[in-house]
Amino acid sequence: MNFYNILNEIEKIDGDVYERLSPRRRAIKALTGFGGKVALSALPFALGTMFKKAYGQTNANAQIIDVLNFALTLEYLEAEFYTTGLSRATLVIPSTEARNALTTIRDHETAHVNFLKTAIQSMNGTPVNKPNFDFTAKGNFPTVFTNYDTFLAVSQAFEDTGVRAYKGQAGNLMPSDAVLTAALKIHSVEARHAAHVRRMRAARGAQVKPWITLNQSGIASNAVQPIYNGEEVVTQANVAITGINGTSVSANAASEAFDEPLTKEQVLAIVTPFLA
Amino acid sequence: MENFKHQEGLISLEGSDRLLTKKVERRSFLKYAGASAAGIALLAAGCKKDNNGNDDFISLGEGDVKVLNFAYALEQLEAAFYTKVIETPNNGLSAAEASLLTDIRDHEIAHREFFKTVLSGMGMAIKDLEVDFSSINFTSRDSILGTAKAFEDLGVSAYNGAGQLLENPTYLLLAGKIVSVEARHAALIRDLISNGSFADSSVVDAQGLDISRTPQEVLAIAQPYLKTQIVL
Repeated sequence: MNFYNILNEIEKIDGDVYERLSPRRRAIKALTGFGGKVALSALPFALGTMFKKAYGQTNANAQIIDVLNFALTLEYLEAEFYTTGLSRATLVIPSTEARNALTTIRDHETAHVNFLKTAIQSMNGTPVNKPNFDFTAKGNFPTVFTNYDTFLAVSQAFEDTGVRAYKGQAGNLMPSDAVLTAALKIHSVEARHAAHVRRMRAARGAQVKPWITLNQSGIASNAVQPIYNGEEVVTQANVAITGINGTSVSANAASEAFDEPLTKEQVLAIVTPFLA
Repeated sequence: MENFKHQEGLISLEGSDRLLTKKVERRSFLKYAGASAAGIALLAAGCKKDNNGNDDFISLGEGDVKVLNFAYALEQLEAAFYTKVIETPNNGLSAAEASLLTDIRDHEIAHREFFKTVLSGMGMAIKDLEVDFSSINFTSRDSILGTAKAFEDLGVSAYNGAGQLLENPTYLLLAGKIVSVEARHAALIRDLISNGSFADSSVVDAQGLDISRTPQEVLAIAQPYLKTQIVL
């Protein structure tokens, strides 16, 4: 049995075989140096294990790259939204404090775009291109860059969507501790943004708190309702949270205490109106 | 980013090995213990006496249960803190601030009782912790908000760091549902102290990533607020 002949044969079908196996250099080394260690009879088994690992890893990587590209699309949306808003003379941002906060958020979203692109490339994936956006959402928010309150409402909608979108993908990132942790670290930053934007809106009279109460958007437009539907649940893992264990936890507090995930399909449905 | 790349390769290599080790360990442990899961639960999570016969000494269990009990411990700490804040007359908070912190108290109580119910259902819940708030001045707004900021940022970093330790995706999602609420709290408290500091560079790095901490790092920060000794 010639190990390299096997690889050559596979290469005819899968040109990337060496690429796939390269992270397993240690395993190849162990095999090629089998003179002493691996009994000849054990070689087919060892080979099988090696390929299974290499190709199993590939599938997990493809799944992770998919999620990262999905996240990248959302980050493109957010980054361009703040970049545009901050540069439009038509959008009157009423204070330096507000401009600074929006600049902080813009910088984070831009950093997320760059981080995700690099992460995707480091896994030999191809980052998706930035789509063209329509921030009026097909005319639902015609004043998005001329009315500061509309701008903040759309901002809140994007941040709350981001939180729910990352949450929904966490399970798909479990094969990679590093990527999962990075995604969680982006997820909580989006939640910090959401809380601040909600406070900016509350200071201008909107009926919102830093957290999401039931399925209330606090935004006078049905277009954003899908972002909040499902947030009203007051049962977690079959445990009723309202009044749990004799406490005075209200239904409002029970819903606020847990943010809910959205599926990729739900997020895409939310984002689609914002695609030009 | 180079780090990320290299780290990624390492982790994927080591991940499979580690998973194997984990499985083998668990299997042999089950075999060795020769007991029901519930029996193991009682062994793994519960009170132990230390060398001085002091039984205020808690072990969290193993695997996902350990992570959940750790979260339960943090939620106990936070809930006890906000309960004391709201109970204290003349806490120095404005009516609007007190209202927001009352919400937070209720969220933390919901988290605490949720973990208690889930872990008790498995026979794995740690007991109620005794807190040590002697370093906090509950009639000082600055002391209250400063402590709240420390606790909320700690909670965010703890959940961010613990995600990768969980093996069950259901628990990962539940932790995810809680951590973003902790982040909302953290942002609010920071803004109450200094408006605009909701995600400043002390918690979010140049890549736009929040802090994560290992359980050991979290415990080192949390333990001074607990009379009960937690053993990781």
